[in-house]
Amino acid sequence: MPSRSTSLPIRSRLAVGVGRLVAASSKAVHLGSGSVIGGRAALVVNPQLLRDLTAGRDVVIVSATNGKTTTTRLIAAALAGDRAVVSNSMGANMTAGIVAALGGAAANATAVLEVDERWVAGVLRATSAGTVVLLNLSRDQLDRTQEVRKLAEAWRTCLTATPPTTVIANADDPLVVWAAQVAPHVIWVATGQDWRADAAGCPQCAGRISFTGATWRCTDCELARPEPAMSVEDSAIATDAGRVPLSMRLPGRVNIVNAAFALATARSLAVPDDIAVAGLQSVEEVAGRYRVTSLAGRPVRLLLAKNPAGWHEAIELLADPPAPVVVSINARIADGHDPSWLWDVDFERLRSRFVVATGERRHDLAVRLRYADVEHVTADTIDEALRVAMGRPAYIAGRPVDIAANYTAFQEYFERVGGSQ
Amino acid sequence: MSTPRPTESMVRICSLYPDLLGTYGDGGNATVLAQRLRWRDINVDLVSIDAGRSVPDSCDLYLVGGGEDGPQTRATQELQTSGALRRAANNGAVVFAVCAGMQILGERFPDMDGVDRAGLGLLDCVTVRVDRPRAVGELLTHDAAVTAPDGTVRPLGTLTGFENHAGRTIPGASATTFGRVEIGEGNGDGTEGVINGSVVGTYLHGPALARNPALADELLRWIIGDAALTPLDDSDVDALRADRHLAARAHELAPQRSWRDRLRGS
Repeated sequence: MPSRSTSLPIRSRLAVGVGRLVAASSKAVHLGSGSVIGGRAALVVNPQLLRDLTAGRDVVIVSATNGKTTTTRLIAAALAGDRAVVSNSMGANMTAGIVAALGGAAANATAVLEVDERWVAGVLRATSAGTVVLLNLSRDQLDRTQEVRKLAEAWRTCLTATPPTTVIANADDPLVVWAAQVAPHVIWVATGQDWRADAAGCPQCAGRISFTGATWRCTDCELARPEPAMSVEDSAIATDAGRVPLSMRLPGRVNIVNAAFALATARSLAVPDDIAVAGLQSVEEVAGRYRVTSLAGRPVRLLLAKNPAGWHEAIELLADPPAPVVVSINARIADGHDPSWLWDVDFERLRSRFVVATGERRHDLAVRLRYADVEHVTADTIDEALRVAMGRPAYIAGRPVDIAANYTAFQEYFERVGGSQ
Repeated sequence: MSTPRPTESMVRICSLYPDLLGTYGDGGNATVLAQRLRWRDINVDLVSIDAGRSVPDSCDLYLVGGGEDGPQTRATQELQTSGALRRAANNGAVVFAVCAGMQILGERFPDMDGVDRAGLGLLDCVTVRVDRPRAVGELLTHDAAVTAPDGTVRPLGTLTGFENHAGRTIPGASATTFGRVEIGEGNGDGTEGVINGSVVGTYLHGPALARNPALADELLRWIIGDAALTPLDDSDVDALRADRHLAARAHELAPQRSWRDRLRGS
């Protein structure tokens, strides 16, 4: 791979070197992949490193509450048949993780960057990204993150200050629409998103969003659903330029939605549809999500669901009832310390299944399941949870057990199956 | 207080503006109350009233949840215009309000711009903004009690929950509280909760009634009477409460106060 380092300022070359050294040391003493700590060290040497590493290349920023890691992966796959791509594909989505990913990239590689929803302004300012992809905004980690409307406002402000050439945004999420509509050129994607609990209040005027059929508008001001250029169907994406059939390996409608954003991004970068679609269809798993593997010697499938909007989609992806499922809930910093969002998840939809509740907040989950009239037990460890699930009469021998976990619980299992980079 | 009713009749519960004030899982309080009635073979009519829709004034129990600043102001306007909640409360309906919901039922609260707004005046308290970080973390009281509408003081055991608020609430002379806070901020003056007659406010999320079944049953007792409150299997909740007591006392998630907060006594 051609090295970019010769074209970088000396301070940036030094920063990248220091970052790699720190990352390698961290990895050597088993502190994880080391990419984030290496990135931090590199930023100490050169705080402008992100600007230097993205100067002169195409940059795509992807942000959202849910689906940003998967969509980033799909965009990278859609572009990869056409050009060199560099991406922070493992979900390290703040500045340190991003510079770590970019450190070794070829000079002409397009950067596809997953960005934490709170860091969009900073990354957009540093990279002057030409394409910004905004999927959705909903409640997540309320004890840590700003209120969701304030996030939308921050997006809106930065899209005004540093307008990208193209914004690709969700026409069915009023918060995203309000944020994105200030950009000069927006490709609106009709996702058919039906998670509306976080969007009832108008972000613009404290009026109310009224949803009727596929469309929506504010009852008090002019904020309304924009005319979409693309819309998601069951196994295809309808576009202004015709219908694009898709046969995805990733499960669920939610991943057709993610693929639509990726297709729109590929088109905005002049990648031919056939190349983009081949890339989208080749993705089987994303940073462990949907991976079928073996944990504690037992076959499992790992699913990530970390907030009510994510669960709304995830329940559809679970193995058909009456297969038992394991649900694991933590409440560490990265998850948010307050798991009361469990009460906004329609766990009543699990009534025909047996659920083993595990993770550090298994008792919160057990109380929620009790009130949802879902048959359940708690298990102190994932090993015990799997043993219990596989001992159920409804378990079919040999089938992977679905483990639906929120963020840090998911990461723990992913690392146990050798997932980290 | 209305007279306890025969168990065959229907308890009507109204969830107010879950679209505006449903941010912190407080909708779970409705689920908890409804299930605790159904498990006792008592019929429940659970209505959920979104913003803009007319509020019935004939329900037995009203729930008002927590939310963000903008929707909080909107909810206050709607409730003031409608007048239904005030009529219902004056007729003895039980009202249970959490966090932003409690603030708007008081005399005054600060809106998103910090401007003082008139609340509904169903609770004798005022909420003010204080210059310190949000109170975010586990909230645990010492052994708590609630003054029932008939004036009897009913023990509740400890109350546990998660708090997440910027305002400080000062109970007035006619209000009672649940009692003293052991861990966390609560109202901000060492007490937690504000109670006036059949109107009860709290900073406890979790949701509050999921983590504190004694409080849930006490509110139901005000409607259906003692005899109907047959025991339920709360073993899952007992395990959760034990876990959360340990976490709170280990200061696992205690709100952080600076030395300046301590000096100010705020």
